[in-house]
Amino acid sequence: MDPVIELDGLEVRFGQRVILKKLKAALTGRSVGLLGPNGAGKSTLINTLLGFHKPSAGTARILGRDVRTKAREVRSLVGYMPENDAYISSMTGVHMVRMMAELAGLPREHAIERAHEAFFYVGLGEVRYRAIGTYSLGMKQAAKLAQAIAHGPKVLFLDEPTNGLDPPARTRMIQLIQEIRDRGDLHILLSSHLLHDVEDCCDQVLILKDGNVAAFCNLEEERRANRRFLELETRGGNNGDFLAAVVKLGCETAPGVQGRIKLVMPEGLDVRQLYAIAAGQNVQIRRLNHKRDSLEDIFLKAMENPDGRL
Amino acid sequence: MAVYKKTYRPYEGELTPSWSRFLVIPRYAFEELHGKRFLTIFFLASFIYPLICALIIYVQHNTSALSLLGVQQGARGLISINVTFFMSLLGWQSMLALFMASFIGPGLVSPDLANNALSLYLARPFSRVEYVIGKMSVLAILMSLMTWIPGLLCFGLQGYLEGWQWMRGNARLASGMFFGSWVWILILALLALALSAWVKWKPAAGGLMFGVFFVGSAFGAVINAVQRTRWGNLFNVGHLIGVVWVQLFEGSNQTTNGAVFFRAAQDEVLPLWTCWTALLALALICLYMLARKIRGAEVVR
Repeated sequence: MDPVIELDGLEVRFGQRVILKKLKAALTGRSVGLLGPNGAGKSTLINTLLGFHKPSAGTARILGRDVRTKAREVRSLVGYMPENDAYISSMTGVHMVRMMAELAGLPREHAIERAHEAFFYVGLGEVRYRAIGTYSLGMKQAAKLAQAIAHGPKVLFLDEPTNGLDPPARTRMIQLIQEIRDRGDLHILLSSHLLHDVEDCCDQVLILKDGNVAAFCNLEEERRANRRFLELETRGGNNGDFLAAVVKLGCETAPGVQGRIKLVMPEGLDVRQLYAIAAGQNVQIRRLNHKRDSLEDIFLKAMENPDGRL
Repeated sequence: MAVYKKTYRPYEGELTPSWSRFLVIPRYAFEELHGKRFLTIFFLASFIYPLICALIIYVQHNTSALSLLGVQQGARGLISINVTFFMSLLGWQSMLALFMASFIGPGLVSPDLANNALSLYLARPFSRVEYVIGKMSVLAILMSLMTWIPGLLCFGLQGYLEGWQWMRGNARLASGMFFGSWVWILILALLALALSAWVKWKPAAGGLMFGVFFVGSAFGAVINAVQRTRWGNLFNVGHLIGVVWVQLFEGSNQTTNGAVFFRAAQDEVLPLWTCWTALLALALICLYMLARKIRGAEVVR
């Protein structure tokens, strides 16, 4: 599959400081998460892809277009929702989105139509004629999303889209992003330091630390792999015999306290076989969980590397 | 389908030519300015002087109107339609243009910077240069309507009434009006945008516009007086423009020393090339100031 975003030794310097250090990655997912602690270089990477910063070495390509030489073409493919408040305070919401769509190249009548559509789509239909400076934080976030999608981009950059949102507003924003992703009309690059946002919306994740790629993984594959990782809580019988029988089936096990066992099942082994063995050993399986928070584990492991390098 | 039932869909339609997109900015700016009563009244009032000039030209060529005024002979001596007449028109209108630029200019860039809107503009296929040209065109269009367009209309009226010979003989007045206005418009527009980009408080930016012209000329006069020199006029933008206008209107056969509001004492006139150089330097400083501020993302080094 052709990469949506390709980082080819991308380096960005601000004066003497190296912010992005020769990043290399090929992002192919429909929705890619960009994770990292504050100051890792997430926003700088997005700004560089938009052509706001010039790479000091290497380059990046979006849908095959080089951001160094074809910045204008790249920007015509992209919709951008910035991290900070960004609006024209004197304009009404729909007026601003309409102007932004026209600047992206839409003829006036199409821009009007799509600005209204985008506002209804993000749930601001009723307030679209209010000055955007009077919007609440949640409304401003939604308005930023509206201006990012109004011109129908092929790639959507979302920089911390749930920043400052209360739980219902966050849920609504995540639902919108999922809905856009699931329609399959565009690719999403979502930058966040919130693991749950990325886990909920993305199928690939690029983790940055100190300007390096600390980890790059396919969440779908990780999720599939995690189906083999179980946590059991057992009662009664001889736990040792049960463990030995499970090991004989090819499982890797790690016994814990109070009858808790972590195990990794081999390919082809069904969970029902564990229940059958437990029944034979007179062991009760009180609880069985598939492993959760896989992204958190990946993230923490990535953060353990001293300079963030893989 | 009702608009509220629609969902997200990609755009596959036609696009406008990229060269024309900067015109979106003045269109929206004029919509906004149209709602400001004071500016609308001021703009309309700025046509009073050109209308008076047109009336004078008409009366000068209308014998029945002259007889009503009791002037039968020597009508041409009433008010001469010559280089002073047109330079006065340009001088008045240019001063009004300065006021207009001071009222509108500060609100052009500073709100975008204060609310981080630049990242929205520049994340589109829309460059920094186009952004600046778009914002400048707001001022350029308004100031054109106040300066060279009425000036050329008056010139055309005089030429129509006076005849082709007069037009040919005084073509330099028209070119001087056109190019002289544009020098002033570009300087004002660049200065207004640069101050708007650096001074976020609009009244302060507007005040600074006046400061550059009036405080600059006062500062220049002080230098001239203290140092017994004429080089203090380098800080007097009005003087610089005046010298350039005289050259554009009259060439080497100079009979005036500038227009109303834009003239200097005869013995203090700076060489033409220094005036052009100083204006060019001012424009370059403004461009540098804009280049530093107009960015999609601010770099913290």
